[in-house]
Amino acid sequence: MLEVSNLACSRGDHRLFSGLSFSLHPGQIMQVQGANGSGKTSLLRTLCGFLMPDEGDIAWCGESIGELDEDYYSEMLYLGHLNAIKDELSALENLRISAGLSGVELDEKDAMNALRRMGLRRKEMLPTKVLSQGQRRRVALARLLVSDAKLWILDEPLTALDVGAVALIESLLAGHLAKQGMVIFTTHQPLQVAGVEMRSLSLS
Amino acid sequence: MKKSTLFGLLVLVIRRDLVLAMRRRADVLTTLIFFVMVVSLFPLGVGPEMDMLRKMAAGVLWVAALLSSMLSLGRLFSADYLDGTLEQMMLAPQSLSMLVLGKMTAHWMVSGLPLVLMAPVLGLQFDMPVQSLGVLIVGLLLGTPVLSMVGAIGAALTLGLRGGGVLLSLLVLPLCIPVLIFGAGAVDAVSSGLSAASHLSLLGALLLLALVFTPWVTAQALRISME
Repeated sequence: MLEVSNLACSRGDHRLFSGLSFSLHPGQIMQVQGANGSGKTSLLRTLCGFLMPDEGDIAWCGESIGELDEDYYSEMLYLGHLNAIKDELSALENLRISAGLSGVELDEKDAMNALRRMGLRRKEMLPTKVLSQGQRRRVALARLLVSDAKLWILDEPLTALDVGAVALIESLLAGHLAKQGMVIFTTHQPLQVAGVEMRSLSLS
Repeated sequence: MKKSTLFGLLVLVIRRDLVLAMRRRADVLTTLIFFVMVVSLFPLGVGPEMDMLRKMAAGVLWVAALLSSMLSLGRLFSADYLDGTLEQMMLAPQSLSMLVLGKMTAHWMVSGLPLVLMAPVLGLQFDMPVQSLGVLIVGLLLGTPVLSMVGAIGAALTLGLRGGGVLLSLLVLPLCIPVLIFGAGAVDAVSSGLSAASHLSLLGALLLLALVFTPWVTAQALRISME
């Protein structure tokens, strides 16, 4: 489980938040809320270890993430604003490479299945530069289907997605939580996950 | 689903970067054409005196290799930085140093190796004897990977900066001076009848040192740049 205690973070001279404490247990989902610029992305990036907190500690299963390092990274998945896909590569190549980077060797069949479930049938082999914004986001989100990470950190996962895709993400989240996974995410769109209580954290 | 090994990761990164380079061939060709152009300008500028050309050949080829390797350094991490792939690389459960080593290797194969292969042809323009050409190639083979590796540190430090390209050259070129001295020195030694072994050994030592330290230093620099 993830435990955050007394976390403070600033960008430049501007203090974004301080004294932030929460914990996330298996099977729980938490939405980080706040106006633009309130530090949602900074919080998620701090949880990933990209940003050093000014104060406080982030612990995963009782140990600080700074000390766990690679053990923590093998159990978490981060999806940021940027899709991390290459225009020159096909959807299939992109998915297999990003799975490979996260430590999972994915064979072609599994990758194809994941892309088809994301609604990208017959687009698997196209270079992603010819895909639309929403389709590219789907390629990035296909990683959720092939990952065995326990903690998902999703920054605005619903950007550019249509209604059908949002429903798909909701069912994915429900499935992940049912498997005792954990999710922390931000969004400005309504998102309902059936059967679980959505916790929320407000930054102001 | 299978867990990938450290070596598997290295191969994955190298293959990925090579595929990307093949799909953006213009980038690869600019480096090579720049190298050929710079080297070819010298005989035209200095004049056709064989003695002088022969004497300056090694230096010209090495300086041109140094400059053209600077050209492609800016792109080493910037594309991955802009599209978010670098973030994902830093979250890889394996060591970031290994990933960086993979990127350095791919960078050398794309921008260093073609120069090494082209060098003997260009050396003929300067009327270099066969023996010197051999030493030149061995020297370049040992030296150009060092340029890619040391350059990667600079590329990581200047990531996301405006006008980073110029700053990058200012940072990296001084650090590459030893490579230039020993590389050109090896050819000079052979052409004046001495053994090139000492120069080449020193180049080899530089390569080993770079292999051990630069991936780690670059990984740290990348972490700083990502904040």
